[in-house]
Amino acid sequence: MEKVATFEVLESGILTTIQDLGRYGFSQFGVPPSGALDTFSLRVSNLLVGNEEEAGLEITLMGLRIRALKEVVIAITGGALSPTLNGEPVEMWRTHLLLQDDVIAFKKVSAGCRAYLSAGGGFVVPKIMGSSSTYLSGKFGGLEGRSLRRGDVLYTSNSSSSLDKLGLRFPSDWIPSLEKEVLLRVIPGPQDHHFTEKGFQTLTSSSYEVTPQCDRMGIRLEGPRIERRPDVEESIISEGLISGAVQVPGDGKPIIILTELVTGGYTKIATIIATDLPRVAQLKPGDRVKFKRISIEEAHHLLKEQEERLKKFKKIIQNQAVTVDKV
Amino acid sequence: MGDRGLLVEFGDEISREINEKVRRMALVVQDDIREGIVEVVPTYRSLLITYNPLLLPVEDLKKRLKRIEEGLQQAPLPEPKLTRIPAVYGGHYGPDLEEVARYHQISPEKVIQLHCSKPYLIYMIGFMPGYPYMGELPEELVTPRLKTPRLVVPKGSVAIAQRQTGIYSMESPGGWQILGRTPVELFDPGRDPPALLKIGDLVQFYEISEKEFKEWHSK
Repeated sequence: MEKVATFEVLESGILTTIQDLGRYGFSQFGVPPSGALDTFSLRVSNLLVGNEEEAGLEITLMGLRIRALKEVVIAITGGALSPTLNGEPVEMWRTHLLLQDDVIAFKKVSAGCRAYLSAGGGFVVPKIMGSSSTYLSGKFGGLEGRSLRRGDVLYTSNSSSSLDKLGLRFPSDWIPSLEKEVLLRVIPGPQDHHFTEKGFQTLTSSSYEVTPQCDRMGIRLEGPRIERRPDVEESIISEGLISGAVQVPGDGKPIIILTELVTGGYTKIATIIATDLPRVAQLKPGDRVKFKRISIEEAHHLLKEQEERLKKFKKIIQNQAVTVDKV
Repeated sequence: MGDRGLLVEFGDEISREINEKVRRMALVVQDDIREGIVEVVPTYRSLLITYNPLLLPVEDLKKRLKRIEEGLQQAPLPEPKLTRIPAVYGGHYGPDLEEVARYHQISPEKVIQLHCSKPYLIYMIGFMPGYPYMGELPEELVTPRLKTPRLVVPKGSVAIAQRQTGIYSMESPGGWQILGRTPVELFDPGRDPPALLKIGDLVQFYEISEKEFKEWHSK
């Protein structure tokens, strides 16, 4: 693939990594998926700049500053991290054309936790096991298996220039809202039977606070203790994990498992549905979560709805591109 | 598990028989159902299957799994591959060797001899890329985990806990008792397959000297 130097990292920020939608198929070798935590936002930023499912930047909280080395179309989605273009606020969820030496910066968090930046053509790093995603604790994938540093040069594919997408917006009523207290829908299990009925009620009736112990592996919550049945052990024989699993260790405080873990030996009282994982990605210390039980049928229905929106938006974009061509 | 995973459970203990069922099932599922399956994660006693509900309705998947389970006894299992893994024991490579010996009131040499005495079955790969969970240790070596886990366990560390033995494929925190270290690269993301070992295969340890350990990679 032809690649071209497109950005220089001026400031790395708290944590910025290159992520695509994940590295699947290798869990049986102990390799977790990694990938963007808020896949919805990354997919939309890709669509906006005319990409398929390419790698983008996952920007955590604040501090990233990058300079364009050439003209490039970008879109920023996800958490509201107050992005600026040459010091002026820049609208999220739409495409922009950057000129050489333009500087994009993320100065402060207004809501949410992670923003996504896609560039026309997509960011290019060597694919490892089929994916460009950074696996931080495994130290591979993305840019040398690490977060970005000052002085890094980021490459994009020059396969497609997407100037016909300029000014394109994602419909505002489809943009996920970012709240201080988030409702997460769960399906009980696989070890819900290890907890008392009261314990499960505690989970679904309390408000939990996100502690500073949160990263791409998981989010530790603080709040009411979840009661375990007295006749079961605290740990189980290690088994496979998926992101969104709500694990309850010995202290009774839930931990939401994210995308850098593959197996574990703690009981999981419930699992967050796929549609709500992007909201989990936007949690930061001090935010609060509530859990609500739903059925698997409802969960699949919600996922279908979300996919249909994305499909519809893709169509809108394609039609727009056609219109521009005609002009 | 949630709206994207099904956990097929085969019992609630660590046993060869149960683990064999898990492995048979994992192989058949990967061969028979391709469309809509995202991952298959075989572990000690259960098989996690993650799927894309937009491509594969869960009721269809459940029906197909049921059918597979019914014919499981006929499913072939490949001959296990035996891999011999060298390890230097004791000293700063195996900081818990002496303590394990004291715990069992045997000599460190006897611990090494016991640890190398038989091939171990790989029950699962997990925890980190390429980390094999293996068993069972000889009865005389069954040792509890460390009371306080170490913050840093070096890559290649060969360790034991309860009836199991494992190899830290990367540097990480860990609570198993470390007997030695292997120079062998268990995981290389650029290799295909990336992990040296796989579930269902066998591992036998053998002792090497510190000199051999140091010269391993220059060979």
